[in-house]
Amino acid sequence: MASMEIPMSLRPLHYFWTTFVRQWRSDISTTFLTPVLYLASIGLGLGHFIAHGRALASLGGENYLSFVAPALLVTTAMQVAVSRSTYDVYGCKNWWSGAYRSMLATPLSVGNIVTGHLVWIASRGLMASAFYLAVSAAFGAVHSPAAAADLLVGPAVALAFAAPIIGYAVTVRHEQPFVMIFRLVMVPLFLFSGTFFPISQLPAGLRSLAYALPLWHGVELSRGLYLGRLSSLAILGHSAYLLGVATIGVLAARSTYRRTLAR
Amino acid sequence: MTDPLVRARNLVKRFGDFVAVDHIDFDVLPGEAFGFLGPNGAGKSSTMRMIGATSPRSGGELTVLGWDPDQAGPHIRARLGVVPQEDNLDLELSVADNLYVYGRYFGIPRRQLRERMTELLAFAQLSERAQDRVNDLSGGMKRRLTIARSLVNEPALLLLDEPTTGLDPQARHLLWDRLHGLKRNGVTLLLTTHYMEEAEQLCDRLVVMDKGQIVAEGSPRELIANHVPKEVVELRFEEADAPGRAGRVDGLASHIEVLADRLLLYTEDGNQTVEAVLNRGLSPANVLVRRAGLEDVFLRLTGRQLLD
Repeated sequence: MASMEIPMSLRPLHYFWTTFVRQWRSDISTTFLTPVLYLASIGLGLGHFIAHGRALASLGGENYLSFVAPALLVTTAMQVAVSRSTYDVYGCKNWWSGAYRSMLATPLSVGNIVTGHLVWIASRGLMASAFYLAVSAAFGAVHSPAAAADLLVGPAVALAFAAPIIGYAVTVRHEQPFVMIFRLVMVPLFLFSGTFFPISQLPAGLRSLAYALPLWHGVELSRGLYLGRLSSLAILGHSAYLLGVATIGVLAARSTYRRTLAR
Repeated sequence: MTDPLVRARNLVKRFGDFVAVDHIDFDVLPGEAFGFLGPNGAGKSSTMRMIGATSPRSGGELTVLGWDPDQAGPHIRARLGVVPQEDNLDLELSVADNLYVYGRYFGIPRRQLRERMTELLAFAQLSERAQDRVNDLSGGMKRRLTIARSLVNEPALLLLDEPTTGLDPQARHLLWDRLHGLKRNGVTLLLTTHYMEEAEQLCDRLVVMDKGQIVAEGSPRELIANHVPKEVVELRFEEADAPGRAGRVDGLASHIEVLADRLLLYTEDGNQTVEAVLNRGLSPANVLVRRAGLEDVFLRLTGRQLLD
């Protein structure tokens, strides 16, 4: 039997997968537990009040759980991506893992390492999305088979965040900036990208900011798919936006990785 | 005449304005153990990283295994083994996982890799520890694992950057033993060190580097014969005033090095020199006559000691 050559860009996955298999227990809360808690408390608990209030109409007629569940899928993909692309990159570059330096001594190129790491983070986005989709379906929040396409939206959102962030993370000398990314980027986006209320509620300035950042596009895409009511044009537009950000991020990351690792 | 595995001409590495490697020439021949000897900051590691095709050169020519690293980095790296100065093992993973993951980077098929790992674990004397986390290993064991890992692709050329720095003497001797074994099996070794003993033990040929330049080249024996007399008399004094005494031993040796705490007198006949020193009425607290070594060559060539 001819042995199949694994493409260089996928070989780093051996490392990430091995580490994941050894350590998945510590990751379980972000990926798996938190979503369930959010769906129960906000989707069902808080949603119960909204279902009886005036706000329901502005959510598009569905219950609050159905409004918030698809958004939480995307925000989880973002959170997984941001945590995996900050501390993990720092660890891979520095002594306690040394993974990048190990890879660089092998036939793998810097470009292979960037691609490999991003494929891994996208896979983590996929795992989180798949789990989320299953749980929200169990909660009764999925209204269209089109929701299955969220299995692509989650990884796309993960990439749109991970690509620019790994490009930055590989350049830092300390971990402190990561806390700022969490506080000043991730948390505000999580709260104000149409996750919990439509962004039509935001003042005009903030609304344009939400349009400009990737999370809202992911949320819109996911929600439209869950409810089965998004035009093809909108799907195309949001997807193109996410992939555009990811592409620019990849190019930037390749350049910073090269400058940092191949000195 | 066989082609060299590594050939460098006018090789240069700059970091901004700093010239780490300053126009050096050398050839590494198949089957030999070639060393770069020099203090920290001499440019040894920068040279190694250029040869390892992980750091682009700033100027000059370099071929490794017949290829230009700028053009064929992945091809070169596929046939190199690299032992970096600092272990970059994954501390959280097991010994076996570290070997396995690394082997997979080279695209070695699973089954073949499993067989290879058994051999490598035995080579590194770590068979019993295969399932232990690397974090729990001693420094010497980690180093052996790093060396075992670098052999996973059966490299044509093994690059060892300071292979035994930071190890205790016992661990160091065990490693030297492993490296001698590799050499006997025809593996070409290229190593950097600032340990004289290591250079003398392992290297067939070496270059002495200082401030980015090669200041001497040859076998350890040639270097000693060409640059220093046979013997050295070390004089230590009660008060830390060796420089003050330097004048009083004038003419007693072909060359005198004045260190902070002692005087080194280079001479063909140590005992005779000691007698002459005592005849001048000097009473050093401690007198040592020894054979000249590479340390002395380095001191003679650069005016500085290797280990500060």
